[in-house]
Amino acid sequence: MSAVMDKQVRSVPPARGRWAGPPRPVWEEAPTKAGLAGKALVLGLACLAILFPLWIVVVTSLSTRRTIDEAGGLVMIPKDITFIAYQELLSGGQVTRAAIVSVLVTLVGTAFSMTVSVLCAYGLSRSGSLGHRWILMTLLATMFFSAGLIPTYLLVQTLGLTDSYLALILPSAISVFNILVLRGFFMGISPELTDSARIDGAGDFRILWQIVLPLSRAVIAVITLFYAVGYWSAWFNASLYLNDQDMMPLQNVMIQLVQKQEAPVGLSQAIKTGQLSGLAVQMAVMVMALLPVAVLSPFVQRHFKKGMLTGAVKG
Amino acid sequence: MSHSTVPRSRTEADAKSPVASGDATGPDARPLTGRLTLRHRFRRDRVLLLMTLPAVVLVLVFNYVPILGNVVAFQDYDPYISENGIVSILNSPWVGMENFQRIFEDSAFWQAVRNTLVLFSLQLVLFFPIPVLLALLINSVVRPRVRAFAQAVLYLPHFFSWVLVIAVFQQLLGGAGLLSQLLRDHGYDGLDIMTDPNTFKFLITAQAVWKDAGWGIIVFLAALAAVNPDLYEAAAMDGANRWRRMWHVTLPALRPVIALLLVLRVGDALTVGFEQILLQRDAVGPGASEVLDTFVWWNGVRNQDFGYAAAAGLVKGVISIGLVLAANKVAHLMGEQGVYKK
Repeated sequence: MSAVMDKQVRSVPPARGRWAGPPRPVWEEAPTKAGLAGKALVLGLACLAILFPLWIVVVTSLSTRRTIDEAGGLVMIPKDITFIAYQELLSGGQVTRAAIVSVLVTLVGTAFSMTVSVLCAYGLSRSGSLGHRWILMTLLATMFFSAGLIPTYLLVQTLGLTDSYLALILPSAISVFNILVLRGFFMGISPELTDSARIDGAGDFRILWQIVLPLSRAVIAVITLFYAVGYWSAWFNASLYLNDQDMMPLQNVMIQLVQKQEAPVGLSQAIKTGQLSGLAVQMAVMVMALLPVAVLSPFVQRHFKKGMLTGAVKG
Repeated sequence: MSHSTVPRSRTEADAKSPVASGDATGPDARPLTGRLTLRHRFRRDRVLLLMTLPAVVLVLVFNYVPILGNVVAFQDYDPYISENGIVSILNSPWVGMENFQRIFEDSAFWQAVRNTLVLFSLQLVLFFPIPVLLALLINSVVRPRVRAFAQAVLYLPHFFSWVLVIAVFQQLLGGAGLLSQLLRDHGYDGLDIMTDPNTFKFLITAQAVWKDAGWGIIVFLAALAAVNPDLYEAAAMDGANRWRRMWHVTLPALRPVIALLLVLRVGDALTVGFEQILLQRDAVGPGASEVLDTFVWWNGVRNQDFGYAAAAGLVKGVISIGLVLAANKVAHLMGEQGVYKK
């Protein structure tokens, strides 16, 4: 206790409660009232600019038709919460199918991307291994050019991937940036650990699985999130390579429902008979698109910095 | 870029020093590399090579092979000859530089160039400084919980899809959106910002700021965290107030990062939000919204004029590579590191 007191004497002001920061060093001026207020205002406004639209979307999706009509459209203050829009959307039909497609493509795609990326990153993590510099250069060069939309389109067509979910996964399966981040992290793992395992007779797959991966949980979490968000958010490849409307993922259905203001197939009856507001349906689809991301990303947040910065390329 | 930390040649290093393993980096501190034959090295590293194989195949197939497809830029490519692109290419007539001539006479192409450059400049001026300022602001917040909350909120929109971001904007600023709703409630005319070609470029910039300005602060926060706190104390001892400390300690620490991001941005100047703009192209019309990437998409995917579209894409690609190299050159001349080393 006395040690804590000592520290507080040397620095001002004393810590207050859970929200308090570290004590201020003695050489730093006390913050001015105006300065604090200004910072709080700017930061508050920035956060509000992001949270307020999301709040409106969520509240409107949970509102009854009457509340929406009374508000003349979007609802800011929740009243008579109802889940009818979600019930309708998830009880089979276009949106349900699209959501399932999106979830499956995201799961399969992320698993595939992570497997390929982790293997490649580990395979390149020992500098001096055969061909390692050539392979690295081959990968790196793709960050500086793109073959172009039309040739890629023709290639996917030629490979016969059109109208197949493989077209949503394979062409954009790996990001060289993500591989570099993983590789940078793997290279930072102390060689003593892997070498001792090798002396004990462990092969590379086993070293990767039992030593490298458990030590890299943070960066694995970040890169998994990056890939998953990529698959979840993708719509362009589906619009390009899928012709069957029934195969479309959630984002493409959202374009139809929200941007083009079409009523979802199968739901138009419920909307016409007046039980359900078309606006609530639109908002519910938007919430379905944002919810997984909004729930997952804060958990990984404290590792983001790692995911962004270990990518510096080492030979 | 890849030569930085390793001795120029492991063989040389080994020859000079009997205990060369000391200066090897990474988990391969094995001094014998230079003396092994290719066959031995292959046998030693074959598992590693095997591991890189899937990624290398994917990159070769989907990043390198399509480069060859750019030959259709010199053809009157007919996609209906065959489902197989190779057969179509072999049977389509060659037209030399005709597609390129058409491009340079096409006013729609020049409009797309103009829109691209205007959007790039707007984003450079209105978007680029915001993450720097936000990072300085967050960095000055000392309470960890406030800081973590603000970061969580600011990072969030980066993970939203463009479809969602545009849907959100439409609900707020569209003809039936919140702003119009409020205006009508107070007796004014409604306003549809989402379909107004005059303000479209500002709308695009605002959407980009909403989505990614928060995410942009991560790199700057990391640079700020790396500043030695003693520098601040020493500056304070010398009588520098908080503004002088920001000017003489904080900003110099950010300079290399700012330079690097500027280089990357300029190198990417011709790519301005393809998905974002494509989603809104129909609502606003091509006059205000067409950029080089959407021009390629429209002519190729929609009009099936593949040779013409590929030619436009090729022009863009070649200029982009030139821009990356030029931006790096400028960075080197300014004494910054750029994307790769000299």
